[in-house]
Amino acid sequence: MEKAVIFEKIGKNFGNTQALENVSFSINEREIFGLIGPDGAGKTTLMRILATLYLPDRGKAYLQGENVVDNYRRIRKKIGYMPGEFSLYPDLTVEENLKFFASVFNTTIQENYDLIKGLYSHIRPFSSRKAGDLSGGMKQKLALSCALIHRPKVLILDEPNTGVDAVSRDELWKMLHYLKGEGLTILVSTPYMDEAEKCDRIALMQKGKVMSINSPDKIVSEFGHQLYKIECENIYKALNCLKESPQTGDAYLFGQSIHFVPARENFIPDNLRNNLSQQGIENCIIEPVQPDIEDCFIDLMKT
Amino acid sequence: MNSSDKIIKVENLVKKFGDFAANDNISFSVEKGEIFGFLGPNGAGKTTAIKILSGLLRPTSGNIEVAGYDVYNESESIKQNIGYMSQKFSLYSDLTIYENIRFYGGIYGLSKQEINDGAEYYLQKLKLEKNRNKLVGELPLGWRQKLAFAIAILHKPHIVFLDEPTSGVDPVTRRQFWEMIYEAAEQGITPFVTTHYMDEAEYCERVSIMVDGRIEALGTPSELKERFSAQDINEVFLKIAGQKNEYSSD
Repeated sequence: MEKAVIFEKIGKNFGNTQALENVSFSINEREIFGLIGPDGAGKTTLMRILATLYLPDRGKAYLQGENVVDNYRRIRKKIGYMPGEFSLYPDLTVEENLKFFASVFNTTIQENYDLIKGLYSHIRPFSSRKAGDLSGGMKQKLALSCALIHRPKVLILDEPNTGVDAVSRDELWKMLHYLKGEGLTILVSTPYMDEAEKCDRIALMQKGKVMSINSPDKIVSEFGHQLYKIECENIYKALNCLKESPQTGDAYLFGQSIHFVPARENFIPDNLRNNLSQQGIENCIIEPVQPDIEDCFIDLMKT
Repeated sequence: MNSSDKIIKVENLVKKFGDFAANDNISFSVEKGEIFGFLGPNGAGKTTAIKILSGLLRPTSGNIEVAGYDVYNESESIKQNIGYMSQKFSLYSDLTIYENIRFYGGIYGLSKQEINDGAEYYLQKLKLEKNRNKLVGELPLGWRQKLAFAIAILHKPHIVFLDEPTSGVDPVTRRQFWEMIYEAAEQGITPFVTTHYMDEAEYCERVSIMVDGRIEALGTPSELKERFSAQDINEVFLKIAGQKNEYSSD
């Protein structure tokens, strides 16, 4: 299969900080690929290398077969990049921003309107409003419209949903799936595990390294422990008891319950229930539970 | 539960800006030590309600009591008895960790002794003793958030308002943060949390979902999931607040 993006042993330092170390993976054409990881994992640095805004210190990156360093001018026409911070002109109107970005790429709004119609129709009623006065969800829609107006092949979105409400986030994901259908390849980063599940494949990143790459389902199926869910009256107290218990491999909050990984394989829930009861935590429900991406990430971050 | 255990009482709150009702007759109450999630899409009226509950904005009408004080006549007492932390405004990045603690402790009128005791307790708890003279701007985001929370409850307020407290934070740090929230609730501080992240809502004991100035749903996360036949709070939220916005070209 044709690769849209290839990273080969990418490394990047900022002073003494190693932002990226030996990062290698590829992204297929028409794939929604997620970079998942905490603040400081290197997601933004990797995206900026692909967007030709940073030079890698080591390794090579290719976009549709072209080296991003040597052919940066051609690459820039092929990518749409939406940075993490709002980067449009706040003192230009919605329409002026869109026109400006179209003109930079020698195109017009009309020429590619079909691609952004679903997005732009939401903000069109505000086309004469200054971009700086838009709400978070509207800013996100305008920024994405501007990143798409030259009909790029690869869309790079750096935490597009940070600070955006759940309705707008849901709309963005529907838009990304529509764009995928239109033939675009999408690289998107997020610190949120629930968004990871909406990607075709994801790379879990931490401290400049890729810890795991796979489809969300595969990553979950490779979780190598028994996992239990514990529900009880006072979960904070129960959590503190579990952290002291020799039976505990790992215990952490998970909504209004605790996720528990036993220290040993021959774990007997009744023994733990009795132990907790001795410490004043009654009526615990302990039952096996399927892990999700978040459990996998927590597990991988410990290594 | 008798009414004296209610730390926040809101009855028929209305706040109008001209003809526009940002809060359109909302009523709810929060119990002491309860972790309460206050959800809603952008523009629902959450910020207006929080400003009223913090004594910063006068309501148009309604009976509202916070920590036993009336919002019309006793807003200064309310301000002394609440803490506030948000992702946007939190700490001074060009002051050190200790200087931030001292500064905020001073603002809330704590004695030198109280500030020093509080500083030692939280520096040790956050494992920041060795970094006390480090600039806050040099700390990673997750640490800054945890420190900001500690500072918001340094004066032992009755209520702490948390505005998107863990936005952008990784799952492990986020759990450490929530453990601090649970600990505060154990100590009798009532955490009042707003967030756009519905998985975070699952950590609250009760949540309300506000749309267009009204509270459209209120209950424990499991009650709401059952009532709306939803798998998670995100689905509940989308059912209540989501409009039909399909992107495929029409």
